[in-house]
Amino acid sequence: MATKTYIQAITDGLDQVLSDDDKTLIFGEDVGKNGGVFRTTQGLQDKYGEDRVFDTPLAESGILGLAMGLAATGWRPLPEIQFMGFTFEAVDSIAGQMSRTRFRFGGEKNMPITIRTPFGGGTHTAEMHSDNLESFFTDVPGLRVVTPSNPYDAKGLIISAVENNDPVLFMENLKLYRSMKAEVPDDKYTVPLDTAKVVREGTDITVVAYSAEVNEALKVADKLAKENISVEVIDLVSLSPIDTDTIFKSIDKTHHVVMVQEAQRMAGVGATVVSDIAENDILSLDAPIGRVAAPDSIYPFALAEDDWIPDAAEIEAKVREILTY
Amino acid sequence: MANNDSSKPIVDFAAIKENLGSEYKMVQVLDGSAKVVNQEVFDSFSDEQLVDFMKKMVWERALHEQTMSFSRQGRLGFYAPTAGEEASEMGSVSAFEPQDFLFPAYRDLPQLIQHGGSVEKGFLWSRGHVKGNQYDPKYRAWMPQIIIGAQFVEAAGAALGIKKNGENNVAFVYTGDGGTSQGDTYEGLNFAGAFQAPLVAIIQNNGFAISVPRKKQTAATTLAQKAVAAGMPSVQVDGMDILAVYSVAKAAREYAAAGNGPVLIETLTYRYGAHSSAGDDPSRYRTKEEEKPWHDNDPLIRLRKVLEDKGLWSDQQESDYVDECKTQFKADLKAADAEPKQTNVEMLKNTFEVPTPNIKAQIAEFEAKESK
Ligand SMILES: Cc1ncc(C[n+]2csc(CCOP(=O)(O)OP(=O)(O)O)c2C)c(N)n1
Ligand SMILES: [Mg+2]
Repeated sequence: MATKTYIQAITDGLDQVLSDDDKTLIFGEDVGKNGGVFRTTQGLQDKYGEDRVFDTPLAESGILGLAMGLAATGWRPLPEIQFMGFTFEAVDSIAGQMSRTRFRFGGEKNMPITIRTPFGGGTHTAEMHSDNLESFFTDVPGLRVVTPSNPYDAKGLIISAVENNDPVLFMENLKLYRSMKAEVPDDKYTVPLDTAKVVREGTDITVVAYSAEVNEALKVADKLAKENISVEVIDLVSLSPIDTDTIFKSIDKTHHVVMVQEAQRMAGVGATVVSDIAENDILSLDAPIGRVAAPDSIYPFALAEDDWIPDAAEIEAKVREILTY
Repeated sequence: MANNDSSKPIVDFAAIKENLGSEYKMVQVLDGSAKVVNQEVFDSFSDEQLVDFMKKMVWERALHEQTMSFSRQGRLGFYAPTAGEEASEMGSVSAFEPQDFLFPAYRDLPQLIQHGGSVEKGFLWSRGHVKGNQYDPKYRAWMPQIIIGAQFVEAAGAALGIKKNGENNVAFVYTGDGGTSQGDTYEGLNFAGAFQAPLVAIIQNNGFAISVPRKKQTAATTLAQKAVAAGMPSVQVDGMDILAVYSVAKAAREYAAAGNGPVLIETLTYRYGAHSSAGDDPSRYRTKEEEKPWHDNDPLIRLRKVLEDKGLWSDQQESDYVDECKTQFKADLKAADAEPKQTNVEMLKNTFEVPTPNIKAQIAEFEAKESK
């Protein structure tokens, strides 16, 4: 066991899958010699060689199309898209092609591809580097979308994603890359792909969040605990599919819920969670469902993002509002 | 009848491959030692023009140095270093008319400024302030493109629009060596060719796409030949020779503006510094020995030699001019500092011309909060 950053935990997981299965391949822009622009693939080309870890020409649609062809010939690809904003260039590869392949072949062919990509705000990047684009992809049948909120899950989840035989979009939070450290086992372990996690137990209200917002929710739970308000925090981990059982079980206990996302309100992850609750568990609630999300503008310019991204203060205000309804 | 002459295959692919791109010869006016290799073109420049080219390159180098120092102080956001690319950038942009439509990439702020923008706006863009992209309506330029390749298809559209308007102008667009791999780049070239639109496409081949060397982008021997399949003429030019870059760009502009369809230019240049001010480390992917010949080939050194021989330029003149530029850049940064903070209300208002009901509600909510 060692203390690792979120990014080191991912590197560890990648190292594990490269050593477990010699059909795994890592490729993308700058992932080889440079070890990725964030150093997520640092040292992997040296260790496994250029045949297994390599740079591609600069073209996202090319990278993901290549992944499909490699999968069709028996390889297990882990393409990297350097920033999630560049998945726009490859929407057909993801949504039009790889996610439909198994279905189109009548279940005869799988696409065991794990697309890794960093996303998320708060680091003052150039535009198109921070957007929360998950909802584009959670609307795609045949594609799993997962995102860890801490180093432990990051390692276990990347291993599960690679071992799974369907396409997985693995979203890595830019802000957490180096800001978050935790104990990470050296040995191999997995974190299930479609299970939400109760990251803090509580009895008064449930806050559902994912990625960096989980940490904001935990700050609120810590703060309100001092006032004897007991907040349960759920980390979705999987954005598609959504583990509603874990959410319903929590709500049956707390009778109050707030859904938090960094993405715009109009973006669908929160809306899906909320409609699942409304459809199946509404009678457990003692108050309306609360929502915290970003405004429906385009993702803001770097200098404006701090006010735009929902933070602990906004979550706290919403939690208080719902509890005193 | 079977062809049983095994020495003569029906197609000699190996020979075809061997010859691909062989027609491209790098255009120069001054060679690496500042010797004039094309006297006729050289003689077409007046002394004033030569001094103007020198001043533009010195200005760009000073801007580079100043932005790197501002970046180290945390006073700018994303900024792409340009040292080494002065001849390529200043030589090309100088060939265009104010009403030609510029589509720059993120490394092309110097051209954007020279084409009629401002340093202050460049700084605001770098910081991530919306004011950096609010241009005078008469200024024909797009904001620096972050999504590599997107500018090519858009520029092809602008070129077609210019043609449909019956103007004698062109659209001109930049990308890098890495950018030539992107599908959009091919699509832009092909569309411009198909519509015979007045587009001048400039590929600044600076050897690297972040860490990835040019040879890993494509098996093609030149990037210029990428135009061939789109039915457009193309040329490779010494990107460290401002006189060559300018002359080629000027000719390309005239050819395209005259209604002959698009042209592609590949400039051979080099990025001395890191990929961006965010601090990538070039020593991870190239050696000092590899860098050295490019520094010896520096575009400022080359033109400076010519000017000094003619008695048109001195060290004193240069250092005075650098000081003048840097004083101005400091004033530009101060002006940028004075821009008011952006608000969520502003972001919401800029999303649609007529706010939708959800946005209207959010504007009201934030107006209440932000006015406090
Ligand atoms: C569509 C897209 N993919 C990837 C990137 C990330 N990226 C930014 S610059 C760059 C390298 C570009 O190299 P090149 O085209 O040679 O231009 P240079 O930076 O050398 O001027 C990459 C991969 C991007 N901005 N857009
Ligand atoms: Mg380049």
